[in-house]
Amino acid sequence: MLTSLTSLTQAYTSQELIIAALLIPAVAAVLIPVFYKIPNLRELVTLVAAVALAMCTWSLYPRILAGEVPELKVWEVAPGLELAFKIEPLGMLFALIASTLWIVNSIYSIGYMRGNNEPRQTQFYVCFAVALSSTMALAFSANLFTMFLAYEALTLSTYPLVTHKGTPEAMKAGRVYMMLLIGTSMVLFLPAVILTWALTGSMDFTAGGIIPADGANALSPLVIGGLLALFVFGIGKAAVMPMHFWLPAAMVAPTPVSALLHAVAVVKAGVFSILKVVVYIFGIETLSSTNANAWIVYLASFCVLLASIIAMNQDNLKARLAYSTVSQLSYIVLGAALASAASITGGALHILMHAFAKITLFFCAGAIYVAHHKTEVSELDGIGKKMPLTMFAFMIATLSIIGLPPFGGTWSKWFLALGSLDANYQFACAVFMISSLLNIAYLMPIVSRAFFKPLPGHPEDKPVAIAEAPTACLIAITITMLGCIALFFYVNPALELIEMVDLGNRTDAASALNGVAPTGGTNGR
Amino acid sequence: MSALNWGAAEPHLPILLVMTPIFGALFSTFLRRGVLAWLLALIVTLSLPLMSITLLLKVLETGQPIIYKIGNWDAPFGIVYKVDQLSAYVLCVISFIGAVILPYARRSIAAEIEEPAQSWYITMYLLCLGGLLGIVITGDAFNAFVFLEISSLSTYVLIALGRHRRALLASYQYLIMGTIGATFYIIGVGLLYLVTGTLNFDDLSQRLSTAVADPGMRNATLTALGFIVVGLALKLALFPMHVWLPNAYAYAPSVATAFLAGTATKAAIYLLIRVVFSVFGTALSVEALPIPDLLLVLSLAAMFLASFSAVFENNAKRMLAYSSVAQVGYIMLGVALANQASMTGALAHIANHAIMKTALFLALGAVFYRIGSVLYSDMSGIGRKMPLTMAAFAIAGIGLMGTPGTSGFISKWYLAIGAIDAGLYSVVFMIVASSLISVVYIGRITEVVWFREPSPAAATAKEAPLSMLIPLWLLAGLTVYLGFDTRLTADVSAKAADILIGGIR
Repeated sequence: MLTSLTSLTQAYTSQELIIAALLIPAVAAVLIPVFYKIPNLRELVTLVAAVALAMCTWSLYPRILAGEVPELKVWEVAPGLELAFKIEPLGMLFALIASTLWIVNSIYSIGYMRGNNEPRQTQFYVCFAVALSSTMALAFSANLFTMFLAYEALTLSTYPLVTHKGTPEAMKAGRVYMMLLIGTSMVLFLPAVILTWALTGSMDFTAGGIIPADGANALSPLVIGGLLALFVFGIGKAAVMPMHFWLPAAMVAPTPVSALLHAVAVVKAGVFSILKVVVYIFGIETLSSTNANAWIVYLASFCVLLASIIAMNQDNLKARLAYSTVSQLSYIVLGAALASAASITGGALHILMHAFAKITLFFCAGAIYVAHHKTEVSELDGIGKKMPLTMFAFMIATLSIIGLPPFGGTWSKWFLALGSLDANYQFACAVFMISSLLNIAYLMPIVSRAFFKPLPGHPEDKPVAIAEAPTACLIAITITMLGCIALFFYVNPALELIEMVDLGNRTDAASALNGVAPTGGTNGR
Repeated sequence: MSALNWGAAEPHLPILLVMTPIFGALFSTFLRRGVLAWLLALIVTLSLPLMSITLLLKVLETGQPIIYKIGNWDAPFGIVYKVDQLSAYVLCVISFIGAVILPYARRSIAAEIEEPAQSWYITMYLLCLGGLLGIVITGDAFNAFVFLEISSLSTYVLIALGRHRRALLASYQYLIMGTIGATFYIIGVGLLYLVTGTLNFDDLSQRLSTAVADPGMRNATLTALGFIVVGLALKLALFPMHVWLPNAYAYAPSVATAFLAGTATKAAIYLLIRVVFSVFGTALSVEALPIPDLLLVLSLAAMFLASFSAVFENNAKRMLAYSSVAQVGYIMLGVALANQASMTGALAHIANHAIMKTALFLALGAVFYRIGSVLYSDMSGIGRKMPLTMAAFAIAGIGLMGTPGTSGFISKWYLAIGAIDAGLYSVVFMIVASSLISVVYIGRITEVVWFREPSPAAATAKEAPLSMLIPLWLLAGLTVYLGFDTRLTADVSAKAADILIGGIR
């Protein structure tokens, strides 16, 4: 399929494909309101745009694997502030995930929004398209300025989605969302960007980083650690505690928003940004040699465990999933903070694995709501009998989150644990293992409740009538569920891509990957 | 690359720029009907940006200031008009804002002002515009005072024409404060004249450098500096001398508020920069008096305290007025830090803020035109009825927050770099923290207009007419455009800053 796609887009240069990837969702955002009176046509615009976008990113993929580094300098706003795009492997991976899942999510949205008779659907699809355009810009950003621009655009475009219901509760959540995300980005992220520029005279993402740790202009570990703190807390979308409150609050949004944005695009934009900053601004060499990353390792480990414990005590299904996301995001931050080749690989892989698993879980939560208007975990007794497919998918995704084979989550956890040992943080390895147990503790009871507890008010011996969510929802759930399984067996395309990441000249990086990667090859480096 | 061919009038553009609006004001008094006066004003104001852009391009091209000698009397005996990078840039801002508002003004004036007063209003508008342009273009300290008074007096009338009875009181308040400010300025200029015997800015600057060697003269000079800075700080509404501004902006007719918010304080800021940097030079103002330190503290106070006042305001016009005080704080912060980057940020923000704030006030003017109120309680839910107006409002509001991709970000960027250059890292955080407060006050009104149920007044409202929407969207579009293309703002500002800072060394 990929080869036929490649021949289809062969005529276009990579630069043109970048432009297309940025513009397709933007054009869709303009076209959607045009057809607001004809819902079928309106949804068709979204679907066509999603497919076209995925075609763009998937035809860029082989080119990146072949070693191409497409660059697109749009415009220099002011000295140092350049609007520029460059595709490096991490960004390619993120763009692939977001664009592919947009198709699935659009199918699901149609089922969910119509099944629920939600108001203001046009506005919903417009904001979604704008958010995707911002996500693409973030994934392909070539420097901190472009990244910051896309980051803020993503916050602003998702605010109307969070407040979609217009209830006082939604408004309050919207306020928390804005204040935490805009607040952290303005007060911490922006100064971090400014200081980076002032200290190094550059903002470009560069292999090996731009922060000097030795030589004439060396910065003290204290300054490097402080700068890292500004980035980690400033990128509030990564939901590192205590900047995580916006994520549970944002759960008032319709479920497709929680699914694609607050399990994939927005939160992953956060951890992706942190990963990118660690790899291309600081450089893992710099971090591990100055030990400026140590405190984040501890903080992220703490977040992983604490968020899991909080998740256990949430009765609201979406809130439980949200805290689970907070915990899982800290895996990736931890992977970045450990600053070894394997941990970076694990972090990047976890962006992919968690995306598929968590979007499935949210799809299921939404399906339960559409079909039976149930939102609390305690109401889910025996629901597996009514919605067998949905709850089966829920179970698969749960197992993937836990990290059991044969599900995708296995790989990311493997590399993360390996990375923690490489970086000489043995306790972090323990954290990953304990956290797996906690995952079981807060997700598995939902599955067992759904399948093994009796359906309240229903005689045990009689068969239960199946009442599943709309077909569009089920299609989406099935696709992402199968994705969780497929990613265990077909992890190579992602791994090959991540192996292309230029971590700077580190000799042990190659050997660390060599022993464990299923391909066994590191020729991409 | 002179874009326009002015023919024989070309050398006389500096004087034409001031005299066209003033003569326009004179003629419009004879036009009894508002429409005719408006048509005249439209032609006059549209010609002004063309003139100032020609001047700016010429200055940028040659790199030399344009000196225009009135009556061909040489300086320092005659009055000269001097157009350099800085003044040409501010001239462009003021004349552009003045022109963009006029097409919008027709319906707004017709709705808010009774017929016989409509042509007076136009007269005062043109007179004020002429005065502001005069302040910026003149190279003479006393002439600047004259223009300052022309613009102030006409401003008092503009405010007093507001429909609300409290407009009179607001105008009176401003009259008292403005007069004190102008008096302080002229006392300072008088002292300078005693010390040097000249009023020409360039001449003053030269003679002061020798005159301050004498201790007595030095003291007189410092006193003059004190008077001038305080006087102008009153006019530009530097915290805590801003108390006249919120009421004046709130009760003036919508068009007047939009115009004044974009231009009036900017001209006073220009004059302050001109006097402190070009005449005294920072050597004197820094070493002898802690003026930059004082300005730094006051502008930081403005950024925080005025922003807080804006958060708790329930009248949208007053909210934006407090925000203006805070934004003046940003500009003065850049002036106080007095290095190349910060000055670039300050000057860029003169244009950026003028455009954003005018757009915001124009949007409110459109709301007032439809529902006759700008109280939050009446404006709730208006976004659904006037989506285009309020979308433009939201865009300009996002610009005010300093989000990247808008012009507000550019100003903030340069200010922050300037603070780092000055070694004041804490100021960087204060800049970003105070813009967070603007997120709160913009967020609050956004919530009111978009997400609340429509009030009885808003329920029947219609979208604003096209003549209002076009100027509004032009400015909102510029807010975004200038966030990407900074050739006209930051680049020109950087050149002007070079000259100002270079003048010190």
